[in-house]
Amino acid sequence: MIGRALAGMVLALCLTGGATAQPVIEASESFGDPQAAAVMLVRATTDIDLFDEVLDGFVTANPDIRIDYEQWGSNDLFKQSQQDCLSGRFSADMVISSAVDQQVKLVNDGCARPYRSAQTASLPDEFQWRSELFGITREPAVMVYNRELVPEAEAPRTRFDLVDLLRPEDSRFAGMVATYDIEESGLGYLFAFVDAQQATSFGSLAEAFAQSGAVSTCCSTEIIDGVASGRYLLAYNVLGSYALAQAERSPNLAIVVPQDYALILSRGALIPRRARNPAAAGRFLDYLLSPAGRAIMARSHLYVDVTDGDASGLDVPAANDSILRPIPLSPVLLVGLDKEKRAHFLSFWRDTFAGATSSD
Amino acid sequence: MALGFALIFALGGVAVAIAAFTYARSAARQSFDRLLLGAASQIATSVSLQHDGVSVDLPVSAFELLALAPEDRVIYAVYGAEGNLITGYRQLRPPVDGRQFFSGTFAGEPIRVVRLERPLTEPGYIGNVQVLVGQTLQARTELATQITRDALIVVALVAAVMAALAVLAVRSALAPINRIETAFSRRTAQDLTPIDVAVPQEVSNLVDTLNRFMSRLNRQVEVMQNLIADASHQLRTPIAALRAQAELAADERDPEALRRIAARIRARSVNLGNLTDQLLNHALIIHRADAVPLERLDLRVVAIAAVEEIDHSIFGTRAQPGLDLPEDPVHCDGDRLSLVEAIKNLAGNALRHGVEPVVISVSSQAGRARIGVRDAGSGIPEEIWSEAGTRYARSSGVSAEKAGLGLAIVNAVAVAHRGVLEFRHAKPSGFEAAIVLPLTGRGSR
Repeated sequence: MIGRALAGMVLALCLTGGATAQPVIEASESFGDPQAAAVMLVRATTDIDLFDEVLDGFVTANPDIRIDYEQWGSNDLFKQSQQDCLSGRFSADMVISSAVDQQVKLVNDGCARPYRSAQTASLPDEFQWRSELFGITREPAVMVYNRELVPEAEAPRTRFDLVDLLRPEDSRFAGMVATYDIEESGLGYLFAFVDAQQATSFGSLAEAFAQSGAVSTCCSTEIIDGVASGRYLLAYNVLGSYALAQAERSPNLAIVVPQDYALILSRGALIPRRARNPAAAGRFLDYLLSPAGRAIMARSHLYVDVTDGDASGLDVPAANDSILRPIPLSPVLLVGLDKEKRAHFLSFWRDTFAGATSSD
Repeated sequence: MALGFALIFALGGVAVAIAAFTYARSAARQSFDRLLLGAASQIATSVSLQHDGVSVDLPVSAFELLALAPEDRVIYAVYGAEGNLITGYRQLRPPVDGRQFFSGTFAGEPIRVVRLERPLTEPGYIGNVQVLVGQTLQARTELATQITRDALIVVALVAAVMAALAVLAVRSALAPINRIETAFSRRTAQDLTPIDVAVPQEVSNLVDTLNRFMSRLNRQVEVMQNLIADASHQLRTPIAALRAQAELAADERDPEALRRIAARIRARSVNLGNLTDQLLNHALIIHRADAVPLERLDLRVVAIAAVEEIDHSIFGTRAQPGLDLPEDPVHCDGDRLSLVEAIKNLAGNALRHGVEPVVISVSSQAGRARIGVRDAGSGIPEEIWSEAGTRYARSSGVSAEKAGLGLAIVNAVAVAHRGVLEFRHAKPSGFEAAIVLPLTGRGSR
């Protein structure tokens, strides 16, 4: 293993939105030979803990390249990348973000450069756009429940099941279901926005959340920890990769892929227009899309085969391809970023949740 | 010919390629402009007036429509009545001239933009909301290229089929020519009869022309053969007579008898000369009848020319022929030289054998023109009129010294002019030989 220096780490378990002050680098680390001929800067929202294996794998296979990895909050990363793009500054050699709507906007505004290879050509259309944005991971949005407090028979398998659980006036789930606060969490907003496009069930679900006093709060880690500790019985629309990672430590966590449909998030990677080392970035991208890279990401639960419950550790009794709804990397995602649209959507959310505020 | 075909196909191909590309570009523009317009009108429909001003609830379906051009970047903006940006990209400005579609650039790439106005009339707000939606041109270019390529493939296939058909058509069209060629190559050198080959309408003119040409050739060959036959036939006897006189002279000692023989030799030589002239004239005139195009002429001029050209030395002191001409011109189509020669012949006969006065007359009647020579004698006996025009009229006593070959020439000229040689008894007495021709209408031709 090549030397790996923990350069610095700013703990920010919960990345709050806004980012009004200086952009914050949450953590950074270098991978590979410090004397390597080529250096590339990767800025990403992915936790170093989840991503270090694949970074190590790449620099081992490509000893001529050193990767400087910076972990950012998604909103900060978007703003920084946008500013660098507009002012024509170098920002990074690769930007990876789970906020794929923001990534789509960066590509739409001409901030990325195209890259084509055999690996990118093999990507399905919904996982790439303009050969500038590439979906590198497969992470389902899941429901998580505490198996000590909720019997498996009672656990919901679909959104309709969830609505039925919440509907009775005396439901024991009242006030015990958590989901993202979509004003605070970019990922929560993206999931909710795509949910709203997917099905008519979204309206009744939001209504049931409001009636039962569901808790909207911030951040995957907090929600998942809350379920594990028994503070919440169940959480909706949690990012599967984090849930699976937490489930390794907390055996009482059960993870359900909704059987009506499953949103699949694919983190978007792009090479900025003013990258200094686009060739190295291209090689890194090819590695991420290669079977070797995917195998490592599968171990970190970043590349989840939703249809294979045994391999993924998910509760997927009758999953098949037809329920999978990848969040497509397309300009349609721009709609959610429109400030008017966002205001409309948030006001709908706020009206629905009026009174049911965060427990924090 | 192959080069010609290739050139035609190449030029046609270039023209079709240009046309296809022009059409494809406009087709692509139209279809994607509709897409833009559809998205813009969906966005325009989503504009509403809220308590805090104009608001846009951007419809996802509008962007799904735009995503039908899957690789193209999108830019949009919505402006209020006061020109204030409600939402979207600030750098997308409405055009000054109010066009519906216009071009621009977005982050360095060319774009096409649609502008849509929606009047918003609500209590407290009156004005037009402007929606601008633009897209990069990748899908348009791809569609145009694809249409052009598909069209060119079809055109190339059609061209190939047409080229094959053209080769077949040319081959089958030229097949009769090959048959004609074969028919000619099988012929003997002497065979000048018309060819009889089955040919389509388009080639029959060629065959007719060839046949006409060959029949002319055939006649000329016949003229030559006749000349040779005539010459041997007509010249042998006088030459034999001349030789006999000459042999007689060789044995004669009496100067008086010698002088008589010399006078006979001289007379026969003159006759022989006349005969040779006539033979050659005959050949010449028959040749001309085929070779020289007829022209419009006045028969009175022919008559005058004939009188002027008559060689008086031959006829000694005899009087010149008289002229009987009408006041108006008598027009017909003819060869002046042949006709003058024919009339000189007739006049010569009359002067030599007839009874004065000799008169050359011209007249026209009932669509026929007539030029004839009249004398006061009895002329040719009526029973041999019908064969007087043929060449070998000796059996009936018409010798070279008399009318014989001369009338044959005249007859040939008349036939060559689509006319006839006519004999009749003149009133009150005398004889007339005339050429009767079709009259050419006044002012026609």
